[in-house]
Amino acid sequence: MAHVANHPMTQEEELIEKLGYDDHFHDHHEGDRYQSNFINTYVFSMDHKIIAKQFLITGMIWALIGAGMSLIFRLQLGFPEESMAWLKPLLGKWIIINAETGMGTLSQDFYYALVTMHGTILVFFVLTAGLSGTFSNLLIPLQLGARDMASPFLNMLSYWFFFLSGMIMLFSLFVSTGPFSGGWTAYPPLSALPQASSGSGAGMTLWLLSLVFFVVSVLLGGINYITTVLNLRTKGMTMWRMPLTIWAFFVTAIIGLLSFPVLVSGFLLLMFDRGMGTSFYLSEIFVGGQALDHVGGSPILYQHLFWFLGHPEVYIIILPAMGLVSEVLSVHSRKPIFGYKAMVYSILAIAFLSFIVWAHHMFMSGVNPFISNFFVVFTLIIAVPSAVKVFNWISTLYGGNIRFTAASMFAIGFVSMFISGGLTGIFLGNSAIDIQQHDTYFVVAHFHIVMGVAAFFGMFAGIYNWFPKMYGRFMNETLGKIHFWGTMIGAYAIFWPMHYIGMAGVPRRYYRFDTFASFSHFDDLNKFITVAAIATFAFQILFVVNFFYSIWKGKKMTTLNPWGASTLEWTTAINPGHGNWAGKIPTVHRWPYDYGKDGKEFISQITPMEEGETPGEH
Amino acid sequence: MTALLVFLSLILIVVIAIQIGKVTELAAKIRGEEEMQEIINGRQGLYMVIFMIAFLVLTAYTGAVYKNYYLGFGPMQAASAHGGKIDAMFNVTLVICGIVFVITQILLFYYAWKYSGRRTGKAKFIAHDNKLEMIWTAIPAVVMAFLVIRGLDAWNEIMADIQPGEDYLEIEATGFQFGWALRYPGPDGVLGPKNYKLISGANPLGQDWTDERNVDDFHADELVLPKGKKIRVRITSKDVLHNFYLPHFRVKMDAIPGIPTYFVFEPQKTNEEFREQLRNYPEYQVPSDPKDPNSKPKWEVFDYELACAELCGNSHFAMRKTVKIVEPEAYEMWAMQQKSYYLSNIRFKDEDPNKDKLFSAEIEARKEEFAEALDTALITAKKTVQFSYVTFATGSDKLTGVSRYELDNLVDAMKQKSGLKVELAGHTDDTGEDAQNLTLSQKRADAVLKYLRSKGIDASRLSAKGFGETQPVVANDSDENRAKNRRTEFRIVGQ
Repeated sequence: MAHVANHPMTQEEELIEKLGYDDHFHDHHEGDRYQSNFINTYVFSMDHKIIAKQFLITGMIWALIGAGMSLIFRLQLGFPEESMAWLKPLLGKWIIINAETGMGTLSQDFYYALVTMHGTILVFFVLTAGLSGTFSNLLIPLQLGARDMASPFLNMLSYWFFFLSGMIMLFSLFVSTGPFSGGWTAYPPLSALPQASSGSGAGMTLWLLSLVFFVVSVLLGGINYITTVLNLRTKGMTMWRMPLTIWAFFVTAIIGLLSFPVLVSGFLLLMFDRGMGTSFYLSEIFVGGQALDHVGGSPILYQHLFWFLGHPEVYIIILPAMGLVSEVLSVHSRKPIFGYKAMVYSILAIAFLSFIVWAHHMFMSGVNPFISNFFVVFTLIIAVPSAVKVFNWISTLYGGNIRFTAASMFAIGFVSMFISGGLTGIFLGNSAIDIQQHDTYFVVAHFHIVMGVAAFFGMFAGIYNWFPKMYGRFMNETLGKIHFWGTMIGAYAIFWPMHYIGMAGVPRRYYRFDTFASFSHFDDLNKFITVAAIATFAFQILFVVNFFYSIWKGKKMTTLNPWGASTLEWTTAINPGHGNWAGKIPTVHRWPYDYGKDGKEFISQITPMEEGETPGEH
Repeated sequence: MTALLVFLSLILIVVIAIQIGKVTELAAKIRGEEEMQEIINGRQGLYMVIFMIAFLVLTAYTGAVYKNYYLGFGPMQAASAHGGKIDAMFNVTLVICGIVFVITQILLFYYAWKYSGRRTGKAKFIAHDNKLEMIWTAIPAVVMAFLVIRGLDAWNEIMADIQPGEDYLEIEATGFQFGWALRYPGPDGVLGPKNYKLISGANPLGQDWTDERNVDDFHADELVLPKGKKIRVRITSKDVLHNFYLPHFRVKMDAIPGIPTYFVFEPQKTNEEFREQLRNYPEYQVPSDPKDPNSKPKWEVFDYELACAELCGNSHFAMRKTVKIVEPEAYEMWAMQQKSYYLSNIRFKDEDPNKDKLFSAEIEARKEEFAEALDTALITAKKTVQFSYVTFATGSDKLTGVSRYELDNLVDAMKQKSGLKVELAGHTDDTGEDAQNLTLSQKRADAVLKYLRSKGIDASRLSAKGFGETQPVVANDSDENRAKNRRTEFRIVGQ
């Protein structure tokens, strides 16, 4: 099918028509049967753009559930003396009503279930699937000049395995023994023995099942991302001309592919221990009035397997955010990203190092202290490429002509959060300090800021920036800025005080603090944190409203390239159809960061080099 | 009704939010997109700097407010020898990171404001600078190297196990759902072995009673330790993972079922000394019970605490034990007063595998006890001596294994004092038939006589008589008293 222009051709379209590569995509019709009716257009879609939206909206729903859970347990921590009877209609038997006083208390089991589910949902469903799933799917084909993913079918399966995984997890919230409550890391023996915790019964079985399906989803997605990046780059799109977003997604997918299977093997052995009487992780246990037969296993083995994924996982979460932020900062500063190659090398360095630092989560878990020496060294080395990235982001702002949009503000906020949370990692990575700080609120503050809040900021930057590409409309900027300031101030208000609580040695995962005189100094701070969390959550509701309102009622996009960006996704139609480009696919002639070069506002990647022009990249 | 109101107000907020959004879009239309964006850039850039100032000021301010919760300062000074090293490491890192934090945050927000976009503005085309990249790779690398070397130096020293020849006290902490069991080695200084299969109500830790090293081990409700002595805590768990956490001593280590771990530390401040450390700080001058303004101030009731720092189930937050650091002399006193768990709870019970034999210390003690009783009988008018430890299987005349130790004491005495003649007497309580009791008591007295003869005491020096229930020492009105009346005695009939 030849290109049918029902409107005057834009400059971009003309360029593509002139210089683009004709892959005869539209001469074949098999692509169109992908999207012939409602079901295969919007439900079992194989179009990467739709799948991206599916990941995003599913992720948003999970974010609301996961964050809502945190509000309930924050109420318990901030206001342990207040009645929670009003939550009875929602939580049922998990609110225990005192018959005499009418006071409702959150059951301890359910408190721990909430903490566990909050972690699991946010880490896996929101910040892995919701973040990487959304933007890898949306941007990899669009920014590389590809028609779709290498395997649209596997891509569809990737979403539906994620959906299935989510449904199983959701179901586990309603089993009578309660959802799993042994922490998102699920350390055995607690996670292996229903006698030790009621959540370790049916709840844990479902938790494991759900996460195995989740890993299937990640692997199907990851294989696709890697293959697409390696094989489907358009003509002229060398690796060194890829935007940093793509580098980040590409490396993230590789990390996921190498580490998630290890998690599955760890889970598999746990399933064997739970159901088949093996003793991989269990040894010499006396529980529920009974000595178990298991001998010879090691709970530490599980921790090694878990953190062999678990640590790379935090980079799986933060690298895509870094990629999005690099891109957004550059576009809205109207400047090239500073030190493009240094940024790529630092991503690669971080990715490599992320595989040899896992045991820094285990300094105090009984591993030989000698081996910790190596993990300390590698852990603190990660600070070097991380610092390089921060300095490059700051230098990108330097001398810019910064356009303040919700997207660019969240990108700046990301850098602030990444600095604040990254620096506390230098404390915790040093094993001597970790003796005291391990499993205290200092850790909670650290990882929430650096991989929770920062990753969310990267995600928000991405959503505000690429929303027009997804829906052909803009999100409301004013609400976006209110959302930004509310979240920026709110997130610091929640997590900053936790440093003080942690320095005083207060352990995390405590249902209440008054059982210890040493830990009961912070009633006021805990109240403050809870109030800040509720307020910050309210700002996220504002975001959700803005998001859905804008899908249908947002300001319409009238030009192809509203941000003046040089990457390929902005050369497609306002609402790109199947195959992304109506005619030929664009070819690439330069790197993606020619902003402010030779007096021009920006030069798109599809624009050929002029005679005698020196390339912007080095 | 409340739900409805909440729902309606939510809707209202949503509507207001959308309207706010529309207003600015309208303004943009009136003024023109570009002009509006320039105004926004200026405004938001300014907000960025205001935020930065507020953020840094609040950081400094709250940092000052909470300074008494900083590791290593004031009331938070460590109570152990190695704790100071951790605190120092923390503070060195705090200073370095603090400097980096302030500089980078200022640059970030300052640039955001300084370079906020103008319609006429142009961004500089600066793509890279290899020299800068080198500098800001090298500086963090050097700083990290410094922190790593310092940190590992401290780490390896802290985590080192006891060296041969060092003087130390080893104790054991066992985590379980939900509490800690504390075990001390007793006078022999060695913790006896244990086996989780032996755990029962009477043997909560699964100690192996066939091993003599367990005999003197005692359990304690509080962690009492001597000041200034190296303590090696052997950390174990009965069920799931726990973590032995002493916040004031900078001690933390997982407790793992099947894999014992350890932590070595040296307490340096007694509870009283630590209270003195606290008393100067306002945080500890408030009433210890927030509901009672007249309760003692916090510093005065302070005790060290042992906590769990690894999620272990629904009462993870409640695994508290009091910790008391005392002067070495006071510790010795306290340890002497503690009763061996085995001797006070297990000895001679059914589960005691040694119930048929005595340990050498017990033999010695009983010898003395017997000699004293005999000497008293020899010089006073009360010529009857009760065998405190001669017992029979229920309802029979079969001597239990441990009875021989006391009978041997009598044998030795009779061999020494050739003039000594005794009448052995059996007594029962009032349960059962009189005639049967009489027969049984006679048989038991005979059994003792038979044993003494087998040890070479001449029959002429011995006689045996059963008295049944006719001579109770106390009224047969309780189980306890009946037990007292069931006894075997000897009366000196010639000396």
